Order: sequence, then structure tokens, then C-alpha cells
Amino acid sequence: MSIDLLAPPRAGSTGRAVGALRAIQLVVEGHWAWYRRNWRASALSSFLMPVLLLVAMGFGLGTQVRPGPATLGQPYVVYLAPAVLVAALVQTAAGESTYPVLSAFKWAKTYWAVISTPITVSQVFAGQLVWIALRLLAAGVAFLAVAACLGALTGPGVLLALPAALLAAMAFGAWIVALAASVTNEGTAFSAVFRFVVLPMTLFAGTYYPIDRLPEWARPVAWLTPMAHGNALARGAAFGNLDWLAAGGHVAYLLAMLVAGLLVAHWRFRVRLRV
Amino acid sequence: MHAEGLSKRFGEFEAVRGIDLSVRRGEAFGFLGPNGAGKSSTMRMVACVSPRTGGELRVLGMDPNTRGPHIRARLGVVPQEDTLDNELTVRQNLHVYGRYFGLSRAQVRAKAVELLEFAQLTDRAEDQVEPLSGGMKRRLTIARSLVNDPELLLLDEPTTGLDPQARHLLWDRLFRLKQSGVTLIITTHYMDEAEQLCDRLVVMDGGRIAAEGSPAELIAAHSTREVLELRFPPGEQQGHVEQVRGLADRVEVLPDRLLLYTGDGEAALAAAHQRGVRPVTSLVRRSTLEDVFLRLTGRSLVD
Repeated sequence: MSIDLLAPPRAGSTGRAVGALRAIQLVVEGHWAWYRRNWRASALSSFLMPVLLLVAMGFGLGTQVRPGPATLGQPYVVYLAPAVLVAALVQTAAGESTYPVLSAFKWAKTYWAVISTPITVSQVFAGQLVWIALRLLAAGVAFLAVAACLGALTGPGVLLALPAALLAAMAFGAWIVALAASVTNEGTAFSAVFRFVVLPMTLFAGTYYPIDRLPEWARPVAWLTPMAHGNALARGAAFGNLDWLAAGGHVAYLLAMLVAGLLVAHWRFRVRLRV
Repeated sequence: MHAEGLSKRFGEFEAVRGIDLSVRRGEAFGFLGPNGAGKSSTMRMVACVSPRTGGELRVLGMDPNTRGPHIRARLGVVPQEDTLDNELTVRQNLHVYGRYFGLSRAQVRAKAVELLEFAQLTDRAEDQVEPLSGGMKRRLTIARSLVNDPELLLLDEPTTGLDPQARHLLWDRLFRLKQSGVTLIITTHYMDEAEQLCDRLVVMDGGRIAAEGSPAELIAAHSTREVLELRFPPGEQQGHVEQVRGLADRVEVLPDRLLLYTGDGEAALAAAHQRGVRPVTSLVRRSTLEDVFLRLTGRSLVD
């Protein structure tokens, strides 16, 4: 027998299970690989929309609004800017948490591909949430840069408005991720979220005018929304008039909503992927 | 891989009803069975993505319930439906997937070059996946499953929906993997595929194992050496069943022909002629796995 007929001894697999943090980083890297090829549409909409909103409302409608107690003494566009940041991030969070998540379960099936590797369902979930947060962060920074150029920002306090907006948007987004992980087709669920939750929230939860201008019965409803708390925090941070006790309450409410949303969404991921 | 009493239940429905089996290192093992037999459910448990409901399971010597990520690190998986990222390029699909196995960027780059060559996709490397043909996507899925040099490769219906050329190209690739010592576990409902690729196989039906052995053993145990096919004008075959009774071990009635299972097809044909049976055409052939499969799982159509 000649020696080359013997099959070479086969070395073991080169694959290995990486640590949890590294795994989440790799999932984010996977999203980034997709985004690098497909960023134009989503970046444009998540950036242009709030800028147009700020210009139209702040400078257009704003000419009809006199600075006063209701605008915290600020020109209307300045009063508006931190809240438009919150509204923009909440809307972007809704967008990033609906179709992209459902698609990864149903059409593109990317989650199914990833869980056949050493990556676990929990790591896929965590990576998705971190990716959404990074997208929001980037959209927020871009918006603030433009708002600053337009002279709609007062001072460095707006830098604190960004984490506030991020917290509010993620507290909302986690629940939308849970929804997207539960529905089997986009049907009416997603458009209902946009029409009957996101839009009314933007109109009535303190973005354009203070919540105390609403009829008394409607105020508690407005305060149920993450946007109301995000707006209060973002404006307080931007204008430096934050009451620390109230701020603690807003943060606690948003954190509770975020944690509960994450738990439910994680559970929905496990139910759907570990069958 | 080793399983004992392995079962999987979805609510009230029992997809896998306690199966025992072992696959040795370096073996090519097949699951045959009609749709809904429990093949894919079994594969998903072996792939450590679906927790078992009952029984014991060891893959590469480890328990999927506690060592899932470590087992998956050394597995290759070709799912029934492609899960490629259609919006990335062919090469990017390999890069991104390889990274999940803890490979460095340099490693995945080098491996992608090798796998693109293996899957004959080098000249499509920078193209987006979406417009590729079914056969190319399937080849890419198989290439992707090899990114970590798996010790055990799981293929769930690898060639379903492909044209004959694409199937033969895939078989050639799988055969080369087998030669290099990779353990293969394949589900299929193509008998020729099972005969081509598998050293040993089981026929599953209704969540249970109906038979086990090498293709030759299964034919010997569940069919005769030869089959005599007598073709009649449609509808007339039933009338000849009485005439051929006793000429074969077993007779199967198909819409346009009779299948006579016998050790000696020519002798049975001569005897049939003597009894005055005049078929339109006749054919003596070897028994195949298809005969075994039809016998074990029944002729009734399953959807």
C-alpha cells in the first residue's frame, strides 16, 4: 500500500464557542455587515424626518408662537428641539423593531442561521437590542449636529438629553421587539402600532406643547407613554432646570418599562426559536 | 452521535416517538421517510437548536442540553430551507457566518477563498445572493456550513428542488467530504440520493424507526433480489392479479402495472407467459431502496 492512499489524519473543527460579550459583539457585527450595504434608505429617513420636522414646526409654525411660560421662556424652535430628538428616536426605534425583527424570523431567517452556530438565542436577542440602541445613538448624534448648526440648541445640556431620549426609545422599542417576535405576519399589527400608538404619542405626549394643556382626564394617559417621560427628561437636561426628584421618577419609570419589555421580548425570542 | 428513546412533542403532537440510534465517526448516515415522519425534528435536536422532550442524546460525546454552543462549534448545518442573507454578497455570507464560530478575520478570509472554489462560486463571489439560482444558493449554503471545518455535517434534504446537474454536483461535493473523513447525517426522500451517499440508513415513519441497515441489507431484508414489472393498459392490471398469484413472494398493484417481487424475474416472466398473461411491456430489474421504502411506509400519499 502506498502511503498517499492513507487519508491524512483529520484535524478537529476550527470552530469554538466564544464568550457571551464577544458573541453579542459578533451579532452586532453581523447587523453592521448588512447595514454597510443597505444604509442609505434607513439613514435618510431616520435623519431627514426629524430635521424636516424641526424646520417646519420650529421655524415655520414657531413664527406664530411667542416665547412664554409654556415654552419655558425659550424660542419655540429651541423648546422643540429636545422633544423632536425624543420623538425621532422613538419612531426610529419602532421602525427598527418591527420589520427587521420579523424578517429575521420569517423572511430572511437570519436568526435561524445564527442559532445554528455557537451563538445562543439569548445572545442573538441581546445583539439585536444592542444594534437597535447603536442605530438610535447614531441617529440622535446626527440630529443634534444639524440642530446645533440651525441654532436650535442652547448649550451642552443637550448632550444629557441624548441618553434620556435613548432610554425612552429603548423602553418603547423593547416592547415592539416583543410584538414583532410574536406575530406571524405583518398584517395590521405594525401599522396599528404606527397609527394608533406612535403618532398619537407624538401629538399628545408633550412634544409640541406641555402636557398640562391637555384636558385633565387625558393627562394621566399621556404620562403612561415613555415619550412623555423622555420629553420631560430631555427638556430638563437641555435647559438645566431639572428637578432631581422628578427626574429620578422619570428615569425609574422608563427603566421599569425597559426591563419589563426586555424580559417579555427575550421570552418571546426563546419561545419562537427554541422549538 | 448516540440517541436512546429520543422523543420530541409539540403540544399534543408527537413528532418523534422514542428512537434509538448511533452514528459512528466517519460514517455517512441517512434518514429516509415520507414528509412528517420526524426526520427534520430529529435533525434539529441533533443540531442542538431544538431541546428534546425525552430520552437521551449525545452529540460528539456531549449533551446538547448543557453543552449546546460547544457542540454547535464543531457542527456544520445545512437546513431544509436556505437561510442565506440575500442582501449580502456571496463572499460576505461566508465571512459573517464564519465569525460566529470565533474565527479571526484573516481565518474567514482565507477559508472563504477555499470554499468558494469548492462550491464553484468563485466568479460570483462579489455578487449579491438574491438573484442566484437555487442550485448556487444551495451550494453556498453547503459551503457556509463548512466554514468551521465541521467534524459532523447535518444535511436536511440537501438537494430537494434542484435540477439533475445541480444534484450531481452536490453529490460529488458531499462524496469528497465523506472521503476526507467528515461524518455526514442526511435526510432525504430521494432513494437514489440515499443509495449514492449513505453507508447506513434508517427508514422513519410516523415518528418511529421502521427499519435500519445498509442499503443492501435493507433490500435483502425487506425486498426480493429482483422485481418483475408487468405493464398493462391502464385499468386492466387488476384483472391479472389472480393469474400471477403464486409466481412471486409479493405482488404490488400500481395504476398501470403489477410489480412481482421475486428472486428470479426471468423465471417469473416465463411462468406468467405460460399462464397466458400478455402485458404491453415487461421489465426485470434489481430491487432498489424505493421498493423497500414503499413497502415499509405504505403506498398512501402523505402531504
